[in-house]
Order: sequence, then C-alpha cells, then structure tokens
Amino acid sequence: MTVRNGSRTVALDGPGGEFGDGAAGRVPDVVPVRPLRRPGRWVATVVVAVLAAAGIYSVATNERFEWDVAWEYFRSEQLIDGALMTLRLTVFAMAIGIALGIVVAVMRQSGVWLVERVADFYVWFFRGTPVLVQIFFWYNIASLYPDLNLGIPGMDPWLSVDANEAITPLMAAMLALGLNEGAYMSEIVRAGLLSVDEGQMEAAQSLGMSRLRALRRVVLPQAMRVIIPPTGNETIGMLKATALVSVVAVADLLYSTQVIIAMTFQTIPLLIAASAWYIVMTTVLSIGQGWLERHFSRGALAHPPDPFWVRWRTTMTRFHAPRPVQRTAATEPDQVEGGPR
Amino acid sequence: MSEPIVKIRDVHKSFGRNHVLRGVSLDVAAGEVCCVIGPSGSGKSTLLRCINHLEKVNGGRIWVEGQMVGYADHGDHLRELPDREVHRRRARIGMVFQRFNLFPHKTALENLVEAPIGVLREPRAEAEARARALLERVGLADKVDAYPRHLSGGQQQRVAIARALAMRPQVMLFDEPTSALDPELVGEVLAAMKDLAMEGMTMVVVTHEIEFAREVGDRVVFMDQGVIVEEGTPDQVLGDPQHARTQHFLARVG
Repeated sequence: MTVRNGSRTVALDGPGGEFGDGAAGRVPDVVPVRPLRRPGRWVATVVVAVLAAAGIYSVATNERFEWDVAWEYFRSEQLIDGALMTLRLTVFAMAIGIALGIVVAVMRQSGVWLVERVADFYVWFFRGTPVLVQIFFWYNIASLYPDLNLGIPGMDPWLSVDANEAITPLMAAMLALGLNEGAYMSEIVRAGLLSVDEGQMEAAQSLGMSRLRALRRVVLPQAMRVIIPPTGNETIGMLKATALVSVVAVADLLYSTQVIIAMTFQTIPLLIAASAWYIVMTTVLSIGQGWLERHFSRGALAHPPDPFWVRWRTTMTRFHAPRPVQRTAATEPDQVEGGPR
Repeated sequence: MSEPIVKIRDVHKSFGRNHVLRGVSLDVAAGEVCCVIGPSGSGKSTLLRCINHLEKVNGGRIWVEGQMVGYADHGDHLRELPDREVHRRRARIGMVFQRFNLFPHKTALENLVEAPIGVLREPRAEAEARARALLERVGLADKVDAYPRHLSGGQQQRVAIARALAMRPQVMLFDEPTSALDPELVGEVLAAMKDLAMEGMTMVVVTHEIEFAREVGDRVVFMDQGVIVEEGTPDQVLGDPQHARTQHFLARVG
C-alpha cells in the first residue's frame, strides 16, 4: 500500500507484508524518493544575489557616503549620549505607558460606571490627538498652571512648586509620550485579558482566590502571551517616536545629530551614524522581546520554538532537504487526545 | 440526623428573563454522595455554581457547614458578605469543572500548590509534599512536572480533582466532570471520584453518567426545568422512577 504525501511517495508496508504485522516498531520499507526539481528557485536565487551584490558594491564604492566619517561620529560622545537619552526616554515613557495601560484596562472592566467612562475618556482623548501636539502642550503647561499645588482646593496648598522648574523639557517629553502610550497600551492589555478563558478566573475564585490575586497569578501571566508581541511593536515604535522630543530641545539622539549637522554640514554621514544607533537599539529590543515571548509561552506550546539564532542557523543549513523533526520523550506527550483544545 | 453540610432552601435564580432555578430545596448530609441528573438546561449546573457563590441567588438561601453562602443573616434582612469572607468560605468548597480549567502556565504540582500557598498561607515545603501525595493518590505521581497540555483530558481532570482537594475542602462539587472527555478516558476519572466517595468525602455530582450515579451515589436527584422533580436512593429514582419526566429522561439516556 502506498500513500501520496505531497511530492513524495512513501510505502507504508513492505512487499507482501500486512500493515501492522510483524514485530512492533518495525520500520516500514521505503521506496527511494527523488526530490522534485525546482529550477525556479535557482533562477530566483541567482537574480537576487546579483541585485544584492550590485547594491552592496554601489554603497561601498560611493565615497559620498563617507563611511569613515560616519564611523567617527557613531563613536562620538555626543551621539552616544544622545542614544542614551533616547534609551532613557523610551524606558521611562514605556514604563509609564505600561503601568497606565494595565490600570486603565482594569478600570474599563471594573463594572463601575463612572470609572469606566473616565477610562474611556482617557483613551479617547490621548489617542485622538497627535503626540507631537501633546509634547508641545506639556512643554507649555506653565502658561496654564504657573504653580503646581498639592492640597485641598480653596485652602493653602501643602506643597507648591513653580511649573516652569518642575516640568523640564525632559519631564514634559516623558509625560507626553508616557500618557499617550498608556492609551494604546490599555487597549493591548484589554485584548490580552479578554483572550484568557473565563473558566480560569472561575477556577481561581473557586479555590478561594480574590479577583486581584486571580488576575495577578492566573489571568495576567496568560494574557502576557497576547500582550507581548504588540508591546514589542509599541516599544520599538516608541524608541523612534522619541525623535519627536527634539522639538522641545531634549538632547536625544536626533537632536544631538542635528546640533552637529548645524555646525559641520556633514548631513549624510551623521544621519547614517544616527540611523545605525537606532538600528542597534531596536535590534537589542527585538531580541529582548523574543526572550520574553519564550518565557511567557510556558506550558502553552507542545513544541516551543527555538530561539531565533538557532532557527536562523537551521534555515541556512537546510536549503535542500528539511531535516526530520527530532522527537524525544520529553517533547512528545504520550497521550494528547481529549485535551481541552 | 445531624445538620446537613449543604442546605438549600427555595433557591431561585434567573439570568435576565430566563428563570433557571424555580425554588430548589435540597439537603446533603456529611459523607453523602448526591448525584444530580437531568436534561441540559434543567438548572443543575447553575444550582452547583450557586453553592459556592460563583452565581448569586435571586431568592432563597444556601448554607454550607451551617454558614450562609454569600450573605449574613440580620434577622429581618440579609446583608451581602464582604469579598474577603466570600473567598474564605469558598476556599472550603472544592469545585471540579467540565472543562478542567487547569492553569495552563503552571505544572501539575504548581497548579496544586498555588492556592494553598497563596490563600491558606501554607509553607511551600508542606504544600508541595501534600501536593505530591495527592497526585500520587489520583495515579499521577509521574506527572508532577508536566504542563496541562501535555496531559490527556482524563489526566487533566484528575489533576483538577487533586487541585481542589489540596484546599482540604469540606464538600466537593463536580460540574459534569466527564462530559468533555473522550469515552475511553471517562473511566479513570470516575474511578478517582469513586475512591474519593469511599473515603467519605461529601460530594455533589452533576453528571450524565447514570451508571456512576447508580453505583456510587447515595442519593439521586432528578431536575427538570429549574425544579427538583424527584429524589431518592438510586434504586428508587433510577430503578423505579415515579414521574413521567424522569421516566422519559431515563429512557432517552439509558
């Protein structure tokens, strides 16, 4: 008996033998398989290789790129400081955004009418205005509230600070980016919470857990699987969005670059150096995201994916024939039938 | 007769305009296995969920171990209990769900120790030792470190039973524990439940397994359209049903 399986023909049993007869675990005789020829793949490989080589040659030999100058600036103190500032802004703005996002997502499902409406309003307002406008707004907050007071309205404040001093350009930038991010993150967190089966909350509560404990110990860890990929997107988006803060003279990567360009007019190599720093930082963030995804996929996948470097290596070495999937006792459940999904 | 562990009096429950429970009263004595059978939509699962206050009743009262579920009695009126108190009382009632509801991001052992450590404040070492013993008791000593998705449905449900037992419950509620299982896996779960019944656990079992009810149940309750139609020993209800609706139901499932 033979079965057609894609492009290969596999014999399920030996000549004259009944399937399943003989010793248990007997490897069935296999008719040799000749792989299908795919000339199109070779043509595509050659064409792309030629185009790629031409591109690299052009970039490498065009002296106007001024690679050596770009390299110098890449290593310069101003750009490194700028990159650090960009990183700091990203971390703080995302920290504010994620914290606010979780709070607002929980508020929107609280069941308390006013709390839900306030959360709705927050999301509506901060998603509805450009973040650049919000940065300007926080930057100019002193003209709206010259003094920031802490206390009961109508009485002498316990604490009063000058808004111009408290809200530095850096603070304004962080507030604007963080508050804006919180609105987007709340939707991501909400989607994550909704993705977890209701039975999980019920099971946790039937064990005597409070809603908050169940949320923290049972629902959120599972929601993380859904939350992390878009959050990675947001973080990388945020890293690049921080370039907007150069409008309020925060010395981030782009602002530092522009300062040097204004003095030296070496526009292209400086933009290359700045781009290189952005790419380095986003690459590191992507790697971190992959690590987090693996961490939170605990128990969710039968065969957890290899980290990207292993996958990359495997792809490179199996251009011709896919290697058989290695199955071990550890990854192969002895019974999978009747599972919940 | 001593005070029943579960005492249900004239309980009503509706979802919107859907009147699911229409005045149900039931007593379950200590050590008794009470099997609730009936067609789907008869309200039997809802009744079970009212016992541990996963659903709030619209009328009537439920006591577990002499304490009213979800409310405090102030003579002329009831007062809703604070959440803390609800959780504390719920912790003493074990529940096993149709779809297992194990925590998929935790191993079998972690599923078992989560609530004893987090809710009962047991020391980790003690909780883990007891969890291992419980897993061994349901025949899963070798699956301590397995994640739920690497277990069969029957194995998952046995872990779920052990998880509920880890809280040292006074009564166990089973909500159609074998309905989501492949036929060949039903037996192992029923066997675990039977062992539990033999050890004297008080159990309320909503089930479609008539054979289990006949063999293990001390009492069988037949529900239909939100009311208890008939109750008695398995021999009475299953062997010699008096009501037409019971006869009709048994004829269809038997």
